[in-house]
Amino acid sequence: MDTSTPTRWITPAGLIPVAIAGSLFVWFAQMIPVIAAGDTLRFLWEWVPSLGVNFSFYIDGLSLTFALLITGIGALVMLYSARYLAGHVHQARFSLFLTSFMLSMIGLVLSDNLLILFVFWELTTITSYLLIGFNHDTLKARRSALQALMMTGVGGLALLAGIILIGTTAGTFEMSQINQMPGVLTQSVMYLPILMLVLAGAFTKSAQMPFHFWLPNAMAAPTPVSAYLHSATMVKAGIYLLARTHPSLSGTDVWLWTLTIAGAVTMVFASIMALRQTDLKLALAYTTLMALGALTLLLGNESGYTITAAATFLIVHSLYKAALFLVVGIMDAQTGTRDADKLFGMGKAMPITAIAAGIAALSMAGFPPFLGFIGKELKYAGAIAVASEPIIVAGAFLIASALMVAIAGIVSFRPFWSKSGTPIAGVKEAPWPMLVGPVVLASMGAFFGIFPDVLANSLVNPTVAAIIGNAEPAKELKLWAGVNLPLFLSIATFMLGFTLYYYKIQIRTALIRMTTAAPSFDNGWDTLMAGIASGSKALTRMIQTGVLRQYMFVTFATALVAMGATLFIRTTGIPSVGWPDIELWDWLVFLLVLLGAGLTVVTNSRITAIAGLGVVGIGMAMIFILFSAPDVAITQLLVETLVVVLFAAAALKLPELDKERLGARPLDALIALGFGVVTTIIVMKVTAGPIDRELTTFFETASWPEAFGQNIVNVILVDFRALDTFGEIAVVLIAAISIFALLKSKPEEDKP
Amino acid sequence: MEQLLSLLIGVLVAASVYLMLARNLLRFLFGLILLSNAANLTIFVAGRLTPGAPSIVPDGVDAPIDVVANALPQALVLTAIVIGFGLFAFALILAFRAYQSLGTLNTDEMRVAEPKEQ
Repeated sequence: MDTSTPTRWITPAGLIPVAIAGSLFVWFAQMIPVIAAGDTLRFLWEWVPSLGVNFSFYIDGLSLTFALLITGIGALVMLYSARYLAGHVHQARFSLFLTSFMLSMIGLVLSDNLLILFVFWELTTITSYLLIGFNHDTLKARRSALQALMMTGVGGLALLAGIILIGTTAGTFEMSQINQMPGVLTQSVMYLPILMLVLAGAFTKSAQMPFHFWLPNAMAAPTPVSAYLHSATMVKAGIYLLARTHPSLSGTDVWLWTLTIAGAVTMVFASIMALRQTDLKLALAYTTLMALGALTLLLGNESGYTITAAATFLIVHSLYKAALFLVVGIMDAQTGTRDADKLFGMGKAMPITAIAAGIAALSMAGFPPFLGFIGKELKYAGAIAVASEPIIVAGAFLIASALMVAIAGIVSFRPFWSKSGTPIAGVKEAPWPMLVGPVVLASMGAFFGIFPDVLANSLVNPTVAAIIGNAEPAKELKLWAGVNLPLFLSIATFMLGFTLYYYKIQIRTALIRMTTAAPSFDNGWDTLMAGIASGSKALTRMIQTGVLRQYMFVTFATALVAMGATLFIRTTGIPSVGWPDIELWDWLVFLLVLLGAGLTVVTNSRITAIAGLGVVGIGMAMIFILFSAPDVAITQLLVETLVVVLFAAAALKLPELDKERLGARPLDALIALGFGVVTTIIVMKVTAGPIDRELTTFFETASWPEAFGQNIVNVILVDFRALDTFGEIAVVLIAAISIFALLKSKPEEDKP
Repeated sequence: MEQLLSLLIGVLVAASVYLMLARNLLRFLFGLILLSNAANLTIFVAGRLTPGAPSIVPDGVDAPIDVVANALPQALVLTAIVIGFGLFAFALILAFRAYQSLGTLNTDEMRVAEPKEQ
């Protein structure tokens, strides 16, 4: 990815995605006035109306904000990638993955129908998997991709279960309608399962503790992917879900405390872990975790302050974090390293990058007059207004924000301006397509900081309205809100942040020593995967014994239990057994078949068994004759003769039967007996009931006038059901060909 | 008579299940034949029994005048008998060839396709 040599970067593969993202951005941008005025848009195409599945899309402040972030940052990232990956063998593949991801993500945030939302949710998981594993020739990329897929995939399944429960509880899958029914979910008995399942989906996607570890590993993806998916958009899908379901799921203690605790723990843990990293990209990855934790925490509440803080911070974070990731990508591309201890003195050689990085970092650290400052002030104001524990929440924000200050310095100040290391020689400024993204994103942070009303009126207020459902109006976004508690907290943040920056090396060394000793989630993952693999192997060996008898036994036993239980539950009593019309002949035939079957079971001689089978077959033929089925009887006799001849011929070359004492297999006998009894009862019940002779009547009346045959059975076979007969002939033919092939093959050839 | 034949079907099924659970492949095949007989008989009996009146249209009329035997199950059983024979013939030759190759008819010992035990 050396960008110093001029490469042809104006290629269709590079620029088509930019055009798609750009035009979508413009399309969404022209909806701003409508949404800002308080309206919402809804599009609906029925798909499976009987199941309540519709392609329905809903645009309000929340979804429009997300759509604009996705397409806007998308366009910039794709322009960046066009240059970053220019000349890469798989650039076209990359563009396809990235564009597919963008479209899935747009679908996710616009879907009104929860089932459609789930489909897009899974699509983002799959495209994310492909993008993390883009450098598929490295083991690390493959492992990280699989890990992300498994984590978010399991969460996705939980979400699906939650969605189905929501649908059955509320009676519809349309989120815009569910949000209009106050208490339909929170007061339902299914509330707790629904909440847990939805949170499982949101927390895995947005990498909350303890599901966080896949996100830093996802940094194996190319940097534009990290900037786009794993910072600005996809990981915020979980946040989006929390915000979208906020009107119908929030307002309970479980919601409040789960989100507060998960968010706060993730936030503080991630900020500390960020300081530990020497790889700048990983440091940024952990600050993303911190931001996701903060958003989760804020969404736990319902007050106007906290939700305004969440909506603002969402936008702030996407702007500065995408910019910083792209900057780190530039450093990596121009110097070949992302190591914080090697990058120094690049400010003079790459002034534009340095300035863009500086502005983005000031926003991240929360300095005035940047948007980050407003975001931070709002977070503090929100923290004071939270319903849980204001002091603890504000304290968590203080620690996290101070650490952000330090990280901002490490990522954006130190590599460019610090004199504490050897400057890197011969660095050049990045080509312009890679600069556009950081510069535009950073300047937007500055612009909205100075003119917060623009952002507040166009996006933040409608978003807040969408999340709280008009409960409380959005709080104003101001640079100067007067001398108040948040201002003091800000000053404390800066002082603590500078101190942390000053002692960063010592802190990092201490952290590395501490964390290497502690058990890691990542290793736990490996153990878990190995456990699942060996567990499934053991289970397979237990079920798949490879012994035919056991398969047969399980099959028969299962069928017996199923039939017996159905008989027992669904019907009553055994039909009365009367023997009025049984004649001598009938008894004789019955005894004949009984004798044949019994002989076959008890004998240890092959010839006796074959004779027994012959007796059964002839008995069958006699039954057919007695009850007016001469054609069947003839066929039965013919086939029976063939069976006996075939068996006798084959038996000459087969060994004697092993000696088996009758009753040597009592359990098998029990199953067999049970099967016989259940079958008898079923047939008795069937024959005792009424019979529908409609089909038979049709054949009887149509046989002569339509098919010109007097033997109705024959007419059915060769005319009405001729296709069946054709199939039957085909079966016999296939059996004959297979037998021929088996007999022609030589036994020596298949010795293992 | 239906009751008596129901009982007979039960006997045939019990015998065939017991035989199919045996180790020896020949006994399994005996069971298979009995099972296909039992199935045919079930279809036949389910169509009800009519003695002495084959389902034939008499000369000079369009349809049988008196009640005749149910033709549909008979046609189905005819097909089933032939297919059952095809199945049996193939299974028999398969067992024969398995014996040629493996030298046993005991299914417990036929483990060529199974992974080696650790």
